[in-house]
Amino acid sequence: MTLPGGLSRRALLVKIGIFVNGMIALILAVPIVRYLLSPVSKERKGDFNAWISLGGLEQFPSGQTRLATYRNPTVNSWDGDTADIACWVRNVDGKSFQVFAIDCAHLGCPVRWFPQSGLFLCPCHGGAYYQDGSRASGPPERGLFEYQYRLDSGKLVIKVGEMPTPGHACNSNVNSNIVREIKPCA
Amino acid sequence: MRLIENIWNWLDARLQVGAVIRETAEHPVPRETASWFYVFGSAAFVVFMLQIITGIMLALIYVPSAGEAWNSLQALNHDIALGWFIRAMHGWGSDFMVAIVLIHMVQVFLFGAYKFPRELTWIVGVLLLLVTLGMAFTGQVLRFDQDAYWGLGIGASIASRVPVMGPSIVNLMLGGPIIAGATLSRFFALHVFVIPGLLIAFVAVHLLMVVKLGINEWPMPGRVVRKATYIKDYHELTKKDGVPFVPGAVYKDLFFGAFIILSIVACAIYFGPFGPSGPPDPTIIQTAPRPDFFFLWLYAVLSLLPPSLETPVLLIGPVLVILGLVLLPFMFGEGEKSWRRRPIAVLTILLVAVALGTFTRMAGNAPWSPVMDAWSGMPVPAEFLHNRTALERQGALVFQLKQCRNCHSLDNQGGKRGPALDAVAVRLTQNQLIRQVIQGGGNMPAYGKNLSPAQTTALVAFLETLHPSGQVPARDASRALALDPGTATPQASRP
Repeated sequence: MTLPGGLSRRALLVKIGIFVNGMIALILAVPIVRYLLSPVSKERKGDFNAWISLGGLEQFPSGQTRLATYRNPTVNSWDGDTADIACWVRNVDGKSFQVFAIDCAHLGCPVRWFPQSGLFLCPCHGGAYYQDGSRASGPPERGLFEYQYRLDSGKLVIKVGEMPTPGHACNSNVNSNIVREIKPCA
Repeated sequence: MRLIENIWNWLDARLQVGAVIRETAEHPVPRETASWFYVFGSAAFVVFMLQIITGIMLALIYVPSAGEAWNSLQALNHDIALGWFIRAMHGWGSDFMVAIVLIHMVQVFLFGAYKFPRELTWIVGVLLLLVTLGMAFTGQVLRFDQDAYWGLGIGASIASRVPVMGPSIVNLMLGGPIIAGATLSRFFALHVFVIPGLLIAFVAVHLLMVVKLGINEWPMPGRVVRKATYIKDYHELTKKDGVPFVPGAVYKDLFFGAFIILSIVACAIYFGPFGPSGPPDPTIIQTAPRPDFFFLWLYAVLSLLPPSLETPVLLIGPVLVILGLVLLPFMFGEGEKSWRRRPIAVLTILLVAVALGTFTRMAGNAPWSPVMDAWSGMPVPAEFLHNRTALERQGALVFQLKQCRNCHSLDNQGGKRGPALDAVAVRLTQNQLIRQVIQGGGNMPAYGKNLSPAQTTALVAFLETLHPSGQVPARDASRALALDPGTATPQASRP
């Protein structure tokens, strides 16, 4: 049987069949793509950061820089040790602090603090930073990433949750000088 | 024997593949291609089979969970009978596979095999190289140790530099805001399902085209590829001077494949499995992550590039390289195949090989990395302290205590990030030394804020003693003249 326009009934049915399956594929693609994009979807975005306590101020003597660790705010039970993150806390003068990410601003290797020379050194490509986190030498194009902090009833609380990278520094819009002026909340 | 024949006949009556297999196996190939130069493709295939088998073996034990992966690797190494051997085979197999794929690529490039009509075979080959490297990188991540953890951080730091999309790409790559359970799970899915699926599909297409188009004939200088005549010429060649692939050429593939497998076994037994290094605990920061062998050259490039060039090179470089490889058969699809008539091709291979080899070798001792424990672990050699004043020895102490040694070597011990200081007094005068220490410069941080005047004086006094005996230290002639014209003659160096 041939329909008007020279199209046979079977050919038409094949076309309709392909069309129906195409539509189903399109409809199925929506949940699949949303599932794949869940790490960047809107409801999650910006949710990553939270205020986390690093513990009492007595751990961070004035004028010194100490390693601190915290459990990441977004965490799954199977994350194991990977959700424990380290950071460097500098007690500038007993009142103001600087909290640096452990990740080098070059390619993210863990920087180490040397109090004797007052430098952070990166073991990978030799990036060096001064005690205030500013770039001293080597391949990094900027200073260390710095977390926002506040003081809350004798505890140091920082805003963390996302690994800082050269393309997405934590609180990249926050000048460290401004941070230093935040008054204790207690 | 008759039973086997009967079973085969019964099967083939239903499968109807016998004739196709026989035809494929016996298809004529040019006689000269039955050569030891033509064994690398099949060897790569053999190693891929080995990787599939050892990979499935490992998956029986391995736990793709950030919390447990490292423990399961330890169990494989120490608790499961011959688990270490399967891990070693898979690890060495991956190195061999990358190496053989690269050798295969160099061979087909030098033999002009990418020219008409095998352009698509070459392009699929480029894709195969990319997925092979993808397997190597994702496999390194599944060995979920310190190196894997910080290697992911490096990958994320590179990906984050993509304009606008960077942060989203990082979150997609990590499966969340940080390197954690979701990260390992998705790399497991990539390494075990996605990339092997692509690899199998590409291998199938690649092999199909080799069979359909015929294997590249041995290139003869003067035998020029022309689109109009090539296919006819090739068929005449195989008809006139061809041998059936089985058994004419295949035995060399068989022997070489066996040799490669035995080599992998030998490496696995002798050297053992790769790692794992320390547990993937990011609070353990006493680590100096190193990439696996085939990414060492990249490690060197990332250290040596000027900072301002890094991002453009990282983001644009790979695109240009892949584009160049894909366009190659279209730009040079005709003409001479023989490497004897293609000097630029030979030079290109030499240049790339020397560059990659140099970078890899440099990354082996990584002179750009500070030696993080040199200041406390490598004492100043005794000859640098002999017959020195108290001030100079105090300076040696400052030199160690301020971690100068982490970047500067004495007697070839210590960091190589900065220049060796064995003879620094010959290069710099006292004033230049003071300026360099306090203000830094070049690639050196300024130490002004972290040295008291007394420490600086002692340190520079020590540095001024660092010159070979018999060689005069650098001095500022004009200064000596201005201060005391009487002593403006070169002085004998101190013993």
